[in-house]
Amino acid sequence: MAYKNFILVCAGTGCESNKGIEIYESLLREAEAQGVKNDVQIVKTGCFGFCEKGPIVKVLPSESFYVEVKPEDAKEIIAEQVVKGREVKRLLYKKDEKSASNVKVEDIEFYQKQFRVVLRNCGVINPENIDEYIARDGYSGLEKALFKMKPDDVIAELKASGLRGRGGAGFPTFMKWDLTKKAPGDVKYVVCNADEGDPGAYMNRSTIEGDPHSLLEAMAICGYTIGSHHGYIYIRAEYPLAVERLKIAIKQAKDYGLLGKDILGSGFDFDIEIRLGAGAFVCGEETALLQSLEGKRGMPTPKPPFPANCGLWKKPTVINNVETYVNVAVIMTKGAAWYSKIGTEKSKGTKTFALTGKIQNSGLVEVPMGTTLRDIVFDIGGGIRGGRKFKGVQTGGPSGGIITEKSLDEPITYESLSALGSMMGSGGMIIMDEDDCVVDIAKFYMAFCCDESCGKCAPCRIGTKQMHAILEKISKGTAVEADLDKLEKIGKSMTKASLCMLGGSAANPTLSTLKHFREEYLEHIRDHKCRSGKCKDLVVYEIDASKCIGCGLCARRCPVPCIAGEKKQPHVIDKSRCIKCGECFKACKFGAVAKK
Amino acid sequence: MPVAQVGFSKELIDFISEWKQKPGSLIMMLHRIQEEFGYIPREAAERLALETGMPLAKIYGVITFYHFFKTSKPGKNRIAICLGTACYLRGAQDLVDESRAILNLKGEEPTDDGLFSIDEVRCLGCCGLAPVLMVGNEVYGKVTKDQLPEIIAKYRQQ
Repeated sequence: MAYKNFILVCAGTGCESNKGIEIYESLLREAEAQGVKNDVQIVKTGCFGFCEKGPIVKVLPSESFYVEVKPEDAKEIIAEQVVKGREVKRLLYKKDEKSASNVKVEDIEFYQKQFRVVLRNCGVINPENIDEYIARDGYSGLEKALFKMKPDDVIAELKASGLRGRGGAGFPTFMKWDLTKKAPGDVKYVVCNADEGDPGAYMNRSTIEGDPHSLLEAMAICGYTIGSHHGYIYIRAEYPLAVERLKIAIKQAKDYGLLGKDILGSGFDFDIEIRLGAGAFVCGEETALLQSLEGKRGMPTPKPPFPANCGLWKKPTVINNVETYVNVAVIMTKGAAWYSKIGTEKSKGTKTFALTGKIQNSGLVEVPMGTTLRDIVFDIGGGIRGGRKFKGVQTGGPSGGIITEKSLDEPITYESLSALGSMMGSGGMIIMDEDDCVVDIAKFYMAFCCDESCGKCAPCRIGTKQMHAILEKISKGTAVEADLDKLEKIGKSMTKASLCMLGGSAANPTLSTLKHFREEYLEHIRDHKCRSGKCKDLVVYEIDASKCIGCGLCARRCPVPCIAGEKKQPHVIDKSRCIKCGECFKACKFGAVAKK
Repeated sequence: MPVAQVGFSKELIDFISEWKQKPGSLIMMLHRIQEEFGYIPREAAERLALETGMPLAKIYGVITFYHFFKTSKPGKNRIAICLGTACYLRGAQDLVDESRAILNLKGEEPTDDGLFSIDEVRCLGCCGLAPVLMVGNEVYGKVTKDQLPEIIAKYRQQ
């Protein structure tokens, strides 16, 4: 039976938590009620990426792109689109109120500069159905590897593709695999790092939720290449939907003979097991992750020995992150020659980023390496919300640094980001505007690292604590100028002396903001002033008597309350009792409340 | 030492006997216990130690290392407020302060009536909806301080 329409409903975590599943169910119900259930197939897919406008529903073949859909819209979508063949105009994506609503998906600015390789199946297939993955050439890379290539051919292919690890420093993937393959031993392991702990990053989660089979395929290819029969996926327990989809995918792959004993009759066995993390950021570090996989406290171990020689249970182990594996699946299907055309000379392929913070279009984006930050922030991201001024973008999360306006035209590569004092990291990209205070942000990240430091090595355990204490002093206005030198000194020693990359990069947010915004730090120290008003201890609210008309709105809003005054007379704030919540500032319609 | 006074469901017992054979499965078993009780009661950890032959100290070492594992009982309605970077930038700290003020709570301990507890969590993974909070399994996006009393009242009545 041929369907006339296909309705794709986003069922990624972002849209799902915004009633995506209810929409899906209402659509099914309505199709049944209106007697058209044989004309339309309704599918739950992975993330479309445009989370800002979620929940998203796309209808094929008309390519209607509906945004901010509510469950109660289901009736109209079925009645108009399926029964009468007309689009529901009011739900179509519009750039702003005035623009035309008949924009094609490929014309939406958000998608124009994107190039989806890793996310090629997200929002296209039903992640809970292996047939849809296979229909899009899924598992053909594995088949090619098993029957047409020797393990060394796979490594040569990866070398030719130029793929580098997507999790952090960008180590060439083929080299990791080759070292593990050559390491002596009969038992070897394939491990996937899906412990995406960076707050504000969710690329890996969306990839797994939208296309779990890509990961399984690539891990099986890795197993074949290095001579391993057992794989582990270490995934955050906070990602229940991704875990569920992986479980379904593993079961389906086993039923189809694509995992398990004697895959596709080749004689090669490979099994994958899921292991849950338990909320420790340090477990994103590979040696700590391996400890955690062994059921222990996730504390890093010194390198060398590297996991390639001595990894899980002291056996040779390949450990890559989700995005790296998914790239392998694409390379094996489409070939290294195709892949190596994307990106720059030393950084090949694409990179996914989670674009969040003060940006117009929050969401999941994928761009070729070498795209500039300006393209991502202003073209794809649509610029800053509310017409505020751009201040900086933080890449690499708590391990990265802030990149300012003047470096926005730098093409994104592993090298350029580290030269800018930041890093690729797993791909969180947080946009800040003029209302954000650099001291506050540095303090936020330092508190995070302090909390997440495993405590094994002194530079990280003590360093994060001390740096946080100094930042706290600065935000309270009790620091002295010499404290800034202290911050730099401690930060640099942590970078050099820490056991793992958590401590080794924990100082980055502070050091980079100090480098680019030293003036703002000095304002806090010298003038006891925080220009954004985020450091509450430094803010003083005052009422300008000449502007106050005595309407009393501020006094009514004040939660303490500490604002007094006669009707139609200028009011006064009792500063000794003020808790600096800013409600009066927001309430005043006459600009009489001043923040100093 | 008080020994194993706590009852495990049959599913939990089966899970443990299946997983304890596998190497490195302690974290998986702890997840399963927390799923059953909402936290990891001391008695449950003791019973796990007996059944697996693992020292209790080792089990506690693991429980206290990971943020996800709780050693005290959470409130009936667990309010998880996201303090990931995106939510933080969009004012999540204010939500934490305000809800603590409304419920008169300081740490992770629940309210006296056991109805609510507040958890500051890292990234719930819906940054597009920032700032986000969850009560039980219900997600609230783009939350403002003003909406908090209403959200809390809704669960108080249930």
